[in-house]
Amino acid sequence: MFDDFFIRALVAGIGVALVTGPLGCFVVWRRLSYFGDTLAHSALLGVTLAFTMEFNIALSVFIISSLIALTLIQLQKRTNLPGDALLGLLAHSSLAVGLVVIGFLTFIRFDIMGLLFGDILAVTVDDLLIIWIGGAIILLILKLIWKPLFASTVNYELAEAEGLNPDRAKAIFTILMAAIIAISIKMVGLLLITGMLIIPAAMARNISTSPQKMVVYSIIGGLLSVILGLFSSLEFNTSSGPSIITAAFLLFIISLFKIKQTIKLKN
Amino acid sequence: MSANQNILVELKDAGFKINDKWLVQGVSLQVEKGKIVTLIGPNGSGKSTTAKIALGIYKKIEGAVEKFTNNVGYVPQKISIDWTLPLRVNDFMVLTENLKSETIDEALSLTGVIHLKDKNLGDLSGGEFQRVLLARAISKKPDLLVLDEPVQGVDFTGEIALYELIKKISDELNCGILLISHDLHTVMSATDHVVCLNGHVCCSGSPTDVAKNDEYKALFGEQASQILSRYEHKHDHIHTDEGKIKKN
Repeated sequence: MFDDFFIRALVAGIGVALVTGPLGCFVVWRRLSYFGDTLAHSALLGVTLAFTMEFNIALSVFIISSLIALTLIQLQKRTNLPGDALLGLLAHSSLAVGLVVIGFLTFIRFDIMGLLFGDILAVTVDDLLIIWIGGAIILLILKLIWKPLFASTVNYELAEAEGLNPDRAKAIFTILMAAIIAISIKMVGLLLITGMLIIPAAMARNISTSPQKMVVYSIIGGLLSVILGLFSSLEFNTSSGPSIITAAFLLFIISLFKIKQTIKLKN
Repeated sequence: MSANQNILVELKDAGFKINDKWLVQGVSLQVEKGKIVTLIGPNGSGKSTTAKIALGIYKKIEGAVEKFTNNVGYVPQKISIDWTLPLRVNDFMVLTENLKSETIDEALSLTGVIHLKDKNLGDLSGGEFQRVLLARAISKKPDLLVLDEPVQGVDFTGEIALYELIKKISDELNCGILLISHDLHTVMSATDHVVCLNGHVCCSGSPTDVAKNDEYKALFGEQASQILSRYEHKHDHIHTDEGKIKKN
């Protein structure tokens, strides 16, 4: 069944969309889209290290992204620079270092485009296992920290005062962000992963009245984007990442019409 | 007397500073089951800070704070909720604890906002939101309630009703309440213990003790002292505006 590269890509994409749906909602709610970008850019460094040391790519990306996240927290504590400047500093530095390292690795043939924008031809059966098992673990952990994470997203002091330990939830969520980037890098590519997180969630926000609904719509939006995107990628011979994100963007535009309708109804 | 099982939270010589500026210093107080402790003081005297120390929100504090319960309900003075979240009143009620639908309805009815249950939190008025905040805090039947200006923005009749409700809750649930309020009239009629803050504890005790205290008088003026002492006697006569007894 998994012999066909397209079936593999489809199964992988569905696995990714199931996880980016709920995680993406938190990225939108907590205003972490630039943080997601930073982790994704640092993933290039992770990939190059995986190639040089002949190490598993997902694991290597996960480790490097987590390290970058920890570095960010330390820098925030020790410098007076604003958060977005630090994010930009880390994002571009790690991307630059990654590209420089690639320059040295002349003995390996690199598909840079595939890395940046995703490549459905590259998805192997091993990748499927990483996506589905890794994804299941991410979702399970997210479910466990849902209450404190959501409560502190609404109001940190309420969560802290009523004994929910929001700092721990936040730290765990940061690790989950690094993990989702690690497992979805082959599908979407590192420049577009944040799009996969925020665009379906943003679309869902336009049509939801409760947090639970937003999560469900975000998952559905992600699934539709993956299916539409992959079929058009096959049809038009375009990169998988941009095709998926374009599909997600089209869904977002459609959801805007729904907003107009509800505003009209209210008046 | 020291090992009192009724103590819910205890501050010992507690203080908190940001960038070498003390917000409050040297606060000692206890909140016991079934008792209402009220913090009063001028703006910037450290009332909210003291509440946050008691709740454990501020971690790097001077002195010590011991909390003997984790079942806490909190109504903060300021709350900024991000409207990127689609959040209905009902979702907000179960924010920190899963509650049965009947429990939610009961709490919302008590504060008079049951009709808003399915409304978006962002569409509420200030007073309505304040009632929802109070309903959320009491719905989980906490051991300790911390109420920071709980009736701000609530209309006059609602204010009196909510203060009566708070008093009733403290009796029914036998929970301890740490209350912050500007309204000396209402506060004094229901409070067991008053702590008057001005960057430090300037005086504390029963409402009548505090009313007699010279530091309190200096802080709030003679007028405020009279407000307190009115609760000492039964009102069998009418006061004039100057506090003199009006002759019929």
